[in-house]
Amino acid sequence: MGSSTYVPKSKAGKWFEERLPIMGLIHGTLGAGYNAPRNLNYWWNFGSLAGFMLVVQILTGIILVMHYTPHVDFAFRAVEHIMRDVNYGWLLRYTHSNGASMFFVVVYIHILRGMYFGSYKSPREVLWFLGLVIYLLMMATGFMGYVLPWGQMSFWGATVITNLFGAFNFYDGMGDSILHLLWGGFSVDNPTLQRFFSLHYLLPFVIVGVVILHIWALHLPGSNNPLGIDAKGPGDKIPFHPYYTAKDAFGLSFFIVIFALFIFYMPNIMGHPDNYIEANPMVTPSHIVPEWYYLPFYTILKAVPDKLFGVIAMFSSILIFFVLPWLDGSKVRSAKFRPATAFFFWLFIINAIFLGYLGTKLPSAIIINMGGGIDALTLGRIASVLYFAYFIVVVPLVSRMESTKPVPTSIAQSVLDARKEG
Amino acid sequence: MTTNDQIEHEEEVTRRNFLYVATGVVGAVGVVSAAWPLVDQMNPSADVLALASVEVDMSSIPEGQTVKVLWRGKPIFIRHRTAKEIARGVSEDNDPMKDPALDKDRAQKPEWLVMIGICTHLGCVPLDNTEFQSGEYGGWYCPCHGSEYDIAGRIRKGPAPRNLEIPKYEYLNDTTVKIG
Ligand code: HEM
Ligand code: FES
Repeated sequence: MGSSTYVPKSKAGKWFEERLPIMGLIHGTLGAGYNAPRNLNYWWNFGSLAGFMLVVQILTGIILVMHYTPHVDFAFRAVEHIMRDVNYGWLLRYTHSNGASMFFVVVYIHILRGMYFGSYKSPREVLWFLGLVIYLLMMATGFMGYVLPWGQMSFWGATVITNLFGAFNFYDGMGDSILHLLWGGFSVDNPTLQRFFSLHYLLPFVIVGVVILHIWALHLPGSNNPLGIDAKGPGDKIPFHPYYTAKDAFGLSFFIVIFALFIFYMPNIMGHPDNYIEANPMVTPSHIVPEWYYLPFYTILKAVPDKLFGVIAMFSSILIFFVLPWLDGSKVRSAKFRPATAFFFWLFIINAIFLGYLGTKLPSAIIINMGGGIDALTLGRIASVLYFAYFIVVVPLVSRMESTKPVPTSIAQSVLDARKEG
Repeated sequence: MTTNDQIEHEEEVTRRNFLYVATGVVGAVGVVSAAWPLVDQMNPSADVLALASVEVDMSSIPEGQTVKVLWRGKPIFIRHRTAKEIARGVSEDNDPMKDPALDKDRAQKPEWLVMIGICTHLGCVPLDNTEFQSGEYGGWYCPCHGSEYDIAGRIRKGPAPRNLEIPKYEYLNDTTVKIG
């Protein structure tokens, strides 16, 4: 990531740089020393937004811990104490809880951007893997964070999700041994809350580490771009600072307005009212739903009648993203020049959103009512099959058979052509 | 490779090879034994294990009622079954089931059904349909993903793989049980 072109302006800076060249590292990574393709659009804003959200979560999280107690007898009260008594406690908690949702929104867009413009293709496969690892760590972090307020959804969400691991019951008692190890008891209880707290504190910092690797892997080939062609000559690139720092900052201010709308005007819209009832191991809420960002995968879990295969299907639906670079056999990266690929990409998005919608429904709920009536379970099965078909059938075939549109020879050429026409 | 005192031939087992493997094995054993406490601390601790049993006096539970008691952080259903319920359970003994069991094997005394009230799918607490014998099977219904259990707690429909679990219990006298 480093850059040898960095020249410190002050004498002190020079003295320091000779001893620890960290300013040069930053300059070459996120400053004027890093040259990025000149045609990046706003979809390229979401990487830095994700970085911003990570910082927000860590900052608000560290402060929340100062007022929180990870114990079944105190956790729920501690969160109420934060909401009612601690100065600006409500703001910190609402920022953290809505921040988790915003973080996922940003990361989902960031991932889908990569899918559309072929950023996962050679030579960026490892970059793509590291991104997926970050996403998996976020899922784990978000799940364990949601347990901390120790409300009804916290408790029962934790119960249902940890029980998934009981499906790995390959000899008698194995499933139970795994569960007792995870819980530190015979059900979700105080030991579970305490270990989740410990890991919820730790994992974000592991994410920071993987983010550094992610950026390192990014800077070897450099950023992809909307055309998906390699940036070659100096005419294809501009320095990251001030061009993209300014563009990202503009996007960030827009994003913060939306973030603030949630925090100040609808702070509970993405939460569940049952989580304002303290956890009670004797009563399951009449309807358990996970956080919205897990919903599509939850539908896939429910779609499979067998417990073990349901769990396998759910994990596969995420892990399959790891092989995408090889499922896609096209020579062209960007879907801009692959009309059929773009078409199926949008179908995939619609199907994924539909899967998410079904995740909020009881399996028996009637969704389409035409005389007979089709329930959520049946639709969930169809949508799950379509989800996997996209990866296993559509992408491999379409990417190899599609005749692509002509690709511009260089980024500079394409920008100049557009200028002439416009 | 040449050493001071001898020339090693390929495929010959030398003292160096032996020491290399032996060191590796001892190192691996060391790493595993050092890691084990780090893993095992996650298992239930002594005080959690010590809470292993509860005693319940059932004399105050009228016929046709269920009470829930907490054992090891889980609800235990104790149902005082009516004669009609027992008859229904027995009459369905030969119906198709995922986890076949006879009604008489589900309870030590047929009128007292003692079960862990945790759905064997993903651990929710099933709702009681017993009072009005509602639902298809008149037993328990799990709201989470729709599993249905009959009046003997046997799984009859839905994703749950097994019948509601029966904890270890013994009668201390006619109406008192010790669970665990
Ligand atoms: C990847 C970054 C993070 C994510 C996605 C995340 C997510 C969450 C979520 C979803 C909740 C539940 C909010 C609620 O409904 O109340 C939560 C709670 C909490 N988190 Fe985090 N978190 C992150 C980082 C951190 C860090 C770094 C810390 C501590 C250093 C922390 C400390 C807490 C505490 C104390 C709570 C309980 C208080 C509360 O419920 O508001 N979090 N987190
Ligand atoms: S937990 Fe009961 S049906 Fe899933």
